[in-house]
This record gives sequence, structure tokens and C-alpha cells, in this order.
Amino acid sequence: MSAAVKTSAALAPITDIASLRGDFPALRQRVHGHPLAYLDSAASSQCPQAVIDAIARQQSLDHANVHRGVHQLSERATLAYESARERVRDYINAASEHEIVFTRGTTESINLVCSSLGGRLLSSGDEVLITWMEHHSNIVPWQMLCEHVGARLVPVPITDAGELDLEAFDRLLTDRTRIVAFVHVSNALGTVNPARELIAKAHAAGAVVVVDGAQAMPHKRIDVRDLDCDFYAFSGHKMFGPTGIGVLYGKERLLDTMPPWQGGGEMILTVDFDRTTFNALPYKFEAGTPNIAGAVGLGAAVDYLSRIDFPALEAHESALLEHATERVAEIDGVRIVGTAAEKASVLSFVIDGIHAHDVGTIVDGAGVAVRTGHHCAMPVMDRFGVPATARASFALYNNEDDVDQLIVGLRQAVELFR
Amino acid sequence: MNELQELYREVILDHNRQPRNFGEIDDADRVIDGVNPLCGDRMTLYLKLDGKTVEDVRFRGSGCAISVASSSLMTERIKGASIDETMGLFEMVHEMLTNDADEPPDELEKLVALAGVREYPSRVKCASLAWHALRAALTGADHEVSTE
Repeated sequence: MSAAVKTSAALAPITDIASLRGDFPALRQRVHGHPLAYLDSAASSQCPQAVIDAIARQQSLDHANVHRGVHQLSERATLAYESARERVRDYINAASEHEIVFTRGTTESINLVCSSLGGRLLSSGDEVLITWMEHHSNIVPWQMLCEHVGARLVPVPITDAGELDLEAFDRLLTDRTRIVAFVHVSNALGTVNPARELIAKAHAAGAVVVVDGAQAMPHKRIDVRDLDCDFYAFSGHKMFGPTGIGVLYGKERLLDTMPPWQGGGEMILTVDFDRTTFNALPYKFEAGTPNIAGAVGLGAAVDYLSRIDFPALEAHESALLEHATERVAEIDGVRIVGTAAEKASVLSFVIDGIHAHDVGTIVDGAGVAVRTGHHCAMPVMDRFGVPATARASFALYNNEDDVDQLIVGLRQAVELFR
Repeated sequence: MNELQELYREVILDHNRQPRNFGEIDDADRVIDGVNPLCGDRMTLYLKLDGKTVEDVRFRGSGCAISVASSSLMTERIKGASIDETMGLFEMVHEMLTNDADEPPDELEKLVALAGVREYPSRVKCASLAWHALRAALTGADHEVSTE
């Protein structure tokens, strides 16, 4: 089986979002005797059958190393891997496949920029601007880098609604700011940041911009050239692909100047004991045998998403979020955390007198999967004065039945604890 | 709801609503912080030791019902107990939370209410946080303990 050629563009976009649920085998199971209401897609989304099949096909027939062998299986594996890269490039409208680096995920993508570019860009007294709503993966690498070079990490505050304080952003963005790193869509609050505006301002101040796009990918059609970001990082498993694969998009002129961050096979042209010449983009950033089946799965996920009409998807998700927000808010003692005007379908909340962890366990008993905890965003929890929240996140396959089931679970929690 | 009712027994809910020995001890001999990074639970345990016995014990913190109830039940059970007995209780609780083959021993008294936790592997850390802090305090550790 050779890699699938791109055919998606020829098919009509899917506007009937409700019809997509059947593509996801995981959603057909029962949990604790109830139909599964999977409301944890912001942590990991489920895979459609097409993705599962693509991975199975790759592992069944084309499992071989890439860019190495001259034999048939290696040729097919290479073709499948590179075809996935090309489909990702096309999907996010990158200018060249040299700009698509496969990584383990968003965290690794950010770490790559941090270790390869960060040290060259930053010196003592410089600043890295982030926001108060970052995931730890967009805080800790910068913090480590800043400590190492004597630079300062500056977080832009957020409002009570969980929106970025744009006046503070303007104030904190200075001629000392070398890097601006921010989340496109917040995992803990759902807030959608005005990415284009922030990127333009950061560029005007002479800063390089790194966008954490992990949560944006399943909800929005991303065009990196329209955004004009320097780097955009995302993960396969948040966009209906497998875990262990992700992407760093980077502008070629920047990636070109950056040294490799890991050494090994694949990333070299020649090696002797005196010196090594590095491979071309993107391979110089892909040391070692990559996650080939993961890339193929991500390619299939991108094919799947390519067929969906995004305005219809956004309408579906915002209607669902509005419905869920109303129903959850009706429950006694509920406080919604994150009420931004521009919000992806993420609903974080706390209930008076019931810890989020207990909420999570009780609704699980009703077949409902939600995330509970600090969502790897402890500064967000501190900002809202809560140790943890329960978070229901909705993807293209969710529907009002899932919301109803969540409400049943939440009412059980309230009843048990009152 | 059966397993859930087993987990959230009335005694757990009661100790969560009204934790016993909640507060600080000004002249504590041992103070130790415990943290469960999974759910953000934090607790500080204060111990007043009188040679071989736990003369007084209190705790502060925030956490889920299992973690608060476990802390509360623990303080109630070990207050006035010998340090040897307390260390023995740690072992018994640990065994009860991680091994569902055996009936919990009678010495645990009210602590058997925590037995339902073993059906919920992700919650065992909530129940054991206070106990790990206790063991660290009694063995002289002076740093923060974590369930990770």
C-alpha cells in the first residue's frame, strides 16, 4: 500500500457536523454501564476510523525505516512519511515543506525553538513575553532559558473574564522583548487570543513570535502565512491524530539560521571525528528514526479535517458551548472560570463545596469523561483563586446528549455532597 | 452509584464537611508540607511529639473530599497513639489502599472507610497524601513530600 495521494480537495466540504460522530469508534463504547460522553478532547481527542486505518496500514505493510533503505518497504515508508509532511504543509498553508518539522508534540516543538534559537537570541537583560494563561509547556522552557542566560520572563496579565489584558501587553512589549510566546487558544479557559494582532505588534517591536497552537488546531482552520507567526507548534493527538507526533512550523529563513538541537542519525550529511555537516531542512531538526506511523496518522487526521467545512464546525461547537454553559450554570453553586467573548468550546468550572477531583470521579460514574485538576496551567488557577477546575471540552463529535449526560452526573455530585 | 457510594461513604463526606483537628499547632515539633501535583492538593501537617507518643496533631490545606477526609480521620486516629503504633497504622493503611485482597485489620477502626478508594487507582494518591506526610514527619524528613 503506498501513501495516499491527496484527493480531499476534490470532495465537497462536509457541513453536516453531526454526521461525523459515527466516524469515531471509541464513542460507541459504554463506560460504567452508560454510553460514553467524551468531554476531554482538549486533553486528547479521539481518532476517526480513517486515522486508525492509516496507522494500521502503515504498520501492517510499510513498516520500515525512512530515508535509509533502497528496498521497497523503505521507499514506501519514506513516501508515506514525506507525503504526511506535505499534507500538513498544505493544510496550514506553509510556504515550503522545509518549514514542517515533525516532533513528539507541542512541548517538544517549543523546546526545540527554545534550545536552538533562544540562546542565540537572548542575552542578559533581554525579555521573553508570555501570558498568564500559558500551559506549563510554554512557561517552563522559557523560564529555564531565561535563568540560563540572565534574561527576564514577563507574563502579561489576564482579566477576570480570562482575556488577555491588551493594554498590559502593549505596555510590557518593549525594545527589550526578544521573544513573544503565547497560546492561541487557552486549554484551561478556552480563551481565543487575537493572534494576528499580537503577532503584528510583536513584529513591530522586533520580537520573534512563537505560538502554541495545540488547542486551536481542532477548532480553527489555521493559515500560518495569514497569521505571519514565526513559529507555530501543535500536537497530533489534539486534532484527531495519534499521540507522540506533533509539528513545529517555522519560517524557513529562521530555521535556516538555527543550529540542530539534537545530534544523531538522519540530521547529518557527513560525519567524521573532526566535524559533521548537517542535513538540510527540515531533517537537521529530526535526529533519529522518527515516529513514522504517527506522522502517517497525523497526515490522515489532516485529510479528515480538510474535508470539514470550518464555518459549520465553528457554528456547531459554539452552539454546543452555549447550551452547555447555560445548563451547567443552572446547577447550584457553579462558577464558570473563563468567560471570554471569544471562546473555543472549553468549559471550565468549579462547584461550591465539591472539589473538582470529586466531580470528575462522580461524573465518570455516569459515563462522562471530563478533565479535573490544574490543567498544567497553575498560574491560571492562582489567578482565579481555585486549586483546580473541572473542564468539559467539546469537539466536532460531541452533541447535546453528551451535555445532558454531564448534567446528570453533576446533579449526582451535588446530591451526594449536600 | 454503588461503587461511588462505597467511595464516598457517609463518614468520608462528614469528615470532608467538618474536618477534625483542622488548624495549626504554634509550638509544633514537626511541620511538613505534602503536595499531590495530580490534583493540586496541598496540606501542611503539624505534630507535637511527647517522647514516644503523638501528643497533638493538626493539619491545614485544601483538597478533594478523599484527601481532606483521610487527613481528618488520620489525625483523629493517631492523636495520643504511640509513634510505633502510628508507623504501624501507616503500613496498614498503605496495604488497605493498594491491595484489595485482604479485609482491612480491625485496628484501623474508622479508617476502614477509606477502603473504597482502592477501586479508584487515580484516587489512591489523594487518600495517601496525609499518610506520606505523616511518615516523613516521623522519620525526620524536613522537606516537602509529594505523592509523585
